[in-house]
Amino acid sequence: MHDLVLKTLGIGDLLAWLGVPDGSLVYPVVASVFPLVFLIIFALLAVYAERKVSALIQNRLGPMETGPWGLFQTTADILKLIQKEDITPKAADKILFFVAPVLVFTGTYASLAAFPWSSGFVGADLNVGIFYLLAISSLVVAGLLMAGWGSNNKWSLYGAVRSTAQIVSYEIPAGLAVLTAIVTTGTLSMNGIIRHQEGMWFGLLFQSPFLFVAFIIYLIASLAEVNRTPFDLPEAESELVGGYHTEYSGMKFAMFFLAEYGNMFIVSGIAVAVFMGGWLTPWGTEPSVLMGVVWMILKSLFFVFFQMWLRWTLPRFRVDQLMYLCWKVLIPIAFACLIGQAAVEVYL
Amino acid sequence: MKPSEIVDLLKQQEFGDKILSFEENTFQPGIQINPLWIEDIFYFLRDDDRLAFDSLSCLSGVDYGAGKELGVVYHLFSMKHNHWLVVKVKLDRESPHVPTVEHIYKAANWHERETFDMYGIVFDFHPDLRKILLPDDWEGYPLRKDYQVQELYHGIKVPF
Amino acid sequence: MPHLKTEEMIMNMGPQHPSTHGVLRLELVTDGEVVKSITPHIGYLHRCFEKHGEELTYPMIIPFTDRLDYLASMNNNHAFNLAVEKLLNLEVPRKVEFIRVIVAELQRIASHLVAIGTFGADIGAVTPFLWTFRDREVILNLFENLTGARMLYNYMWPGGVARDFPKGFREEIGAFITYFRPKIRDLNNLLTGNHIFISRTAHVGVLPADVAVNYNCTGPVLRGSGVKWDLRKNDPYSIYPEFEFDIPVGQGTMGTLGDTWDRYYIRCQEMEQSLNIIEQALAKFPVEDATDVQAAVPRRIKPPAGEVYARAENPRGELGFYIISDGGTKPFRVRAKSPCFVNLAVLPALGKGIMVSDIVAILGSIDIVLGEVDR
Repeated sequence: MHDLVLKTLGIGDLLAWLGVPDGSLVYPVVASVFPLVFLIIFALLAVYAERKVSALIQNRLGPMETGPWGLFQTTADILKLIQKEDITPKAADKILFFVAPVLVFTGTYASLAAFPWSSGFVGADLNVGIFYLLAISSLVVAGLLMAGWGSNNKWSLYGAVRSTAQIVSYEIPAGLAVLTAIVTTGTLSMNGIIRHQEGMWFGLLFQSPFLFVAFIIYLIASLAEVNRTPFDLPEAESELVGGYHTEYSGMKFAMFFLAEYGNMFIVSGIAVAVFMGGWLTPWGTEPSVLMGVVWMILKSLFFVFFQMWLRWTLPRFRVDQLMYLCWKVLIPIAFACLIGQAAVEVYL
Repeated sequence: MKPSEIVDLLKQQEFGDKILSFEENTFQPGIQINPLWIEDIFYFLRDDDRLAFDSLSCLSGVDYGAGKELGVVYHLFSMKHNHWLVVKVKLDRESPHVPTVEHIYKAANWHERETFDMYGIVFDFHPDLRKILLPDDWEGYPLRKDYQVQELYHGIKVPF
Repeated sequence: MPHLKTEEMIMNMGPQHPSTHGVLRLELVTDGEVVKSITPHIGYLHRCFEKHGEELTYPMIIPFTDRLDYLASMNNNHAFNLAVEKLLNLEVPRKVEFIRVIVAELQRIASHLVAIGTFGADIGAVTPFLWTFRDREVILNLFENLTGARMLYNYMWPGGVARDFPKGFREEIGAFITYFRPKIRDLNNLLTGNHIFISRTAHVGVLPADVAVNYNCTGPVLRGSGVKWDLRKNDPYSIYPEFEFDIPVGQGTMGTLGDTWDRYYIRCQEMEQSLNIIEQALAKFPVEDATDVQAAVPRRIKPPAGEVYARAENPRGELGFYIISDGGTKPFRVRAKSPCFVNLAVLPALGKGIMVSDIVAILGSIDIVLGEVDR
């Protein structure tokens, strides 16, 4: 990834000019810092946006005091979180308790490695790119389970068990929906999938009814994967206090938070890349590298907004209803879409 | 149905000697009964179609003054016939016991626990007679007229 | 794997928990997500109201009644004053009755708004909570204008009220009614008809009518089970008989009769009925009547010896006061029969074989205020 990042942003030239020798460790370090910085800035802005969107829906103003229109509110919150005492409960499993937020964040961070920012700007255009993304973002489950178990709190345990059941279950419809698109594109590489959509208005979305339904299924399943309303059972405040992060505070809590917002962006990015033409323009032409980044982020942000919109509108499912929806509704439909699309590919 | 008619009906059912007194000229006329017979009388009051006292509106403990007896006052109301009956029992201060009516009116469950908590009146055969509002290790019965507050509770000074 | 044994887990829900609506502790015995039994533990907010009552004169008790169900202080005042006035055999001026009914019904709307909002938040929808609080704010501002306080008013006194309506106050209430009617529609669009909301609440926590009566549940909990019972109609007090309004009862529209959805929807409908009552009361209001609202308040309240049990329809059910007077200026015994206390007692009966999420729904639909449960 680092070569591309350095090339695109010109940081490589800058470093060379500064006299950093070729093959030095500085290059990969700088390159991997970029997604981290992006993630943090995105989370900052997303939390602010979440507040403003919720305020809009709820007839309020939202944060207004810190900075112009309250722009620095989240920054202030992060500063506060950094200063807070890092509490580890006495009864907690110290190792698991510490590793959990790191692992959750790692999953989010690692998925950015194969994230298709733009035509010439993708960390590692793996030939199993989409597979890698789906797999690495499931790493979250292990982290959440560790957090729930390690906290030694019954509410956390509930949250962890719920989230594990939920995320593992919803991987299946999400995977099947993506598979429906892959049947058409014939490649697992992220940029390959996007390039296949060249010349199509809004990518694969309107190419066949099966793909459209698959997109809807992916959208629903992705909400469940990132624990957003109406599938926010693992951290359901009114039931489980805080779910898996009940016992967390300070920076460890902030890492969960960061990962949550990062994941929102990544699942939106996958939806955009697979179904909506990724960094292509909506009318299907290939933009310049920089404009590609803009289109990619804009399209993803739309779905991030969509997730926020749902969160402040809908109530929450119950556990059994959640499982019912997944296993008895989404998975059969997703299978039907997969078979239908395969038939379309074979016979038409 | 008027209270006097209710009392007549009770007397017909051979509860006459269990009714100790009948106050008619109050806002809610009431009878005082022998606490030992409370279950039989309440079953009759609830199940007889002419009376149909389906709800226990209120259950209060009363302390009639230091050295006098304790009491329990049951406000019975019939949603079907829209009539009242106040039933009172008076209990010995030293060992106040009265049979529970929890199995007749489920509403009595928590009321009786509260009365036990506040007055120390023991409702015999109650399925779950624990303190409800006060801490489990609180001493004394606060609503009794001769209640003396304890000095210390877990090392904390109580009277302030 | 037959050698693996599972065992039930005991959970403490509360006293600090977001949806116990205060300091309530529920001891749950759970088997995974399924709840085997619920044992409520109350008393964390016990403030000896009844003991205080024996030490204070009648007017001094009124502020304490404010603090019972602090979301419906006006109604608490009203119930207590009904008891004292009955004991004193006191005639209340007609104008005062109108003022009382108007503020009591406004308070009922404010209280139901909290109930509906928090119920939505319990189910996971946060937005209705803020919408209802926005509208409740309007009512609280009205009350602030009228009494100087936002929650604990000490407004109604035996035989009168503390202050007359300020100038233009009736117009402000009228403006509130026109403002508020469409808001109920909005709320129904957002929450009541929401598919997820219905699937979370219908068929959950079904309370049959006979059980509800046997537990002496009152208010929306009883009416949600389909029993048409409202003290304003069935055991009328004040000037309620002069107004036309319906008593909404549960019909099992979305699920079984007596489920949480029914109890919830009763409150939505009752707000509209309260608006109707206020509208009629404003129309019939004795504008020309220049009676001083404090004129009938006795200088010294010293009821004759006797006892009385008076009750009023509070937003949460029947609030009763049993007062024994020994002829002095202080009551010999004050007993507050709290609807929340009684309604909460039915929770263990509803909480068998349900899911953890359902507890939150049921508790929200019973709508307790711990200040009144613990007194």
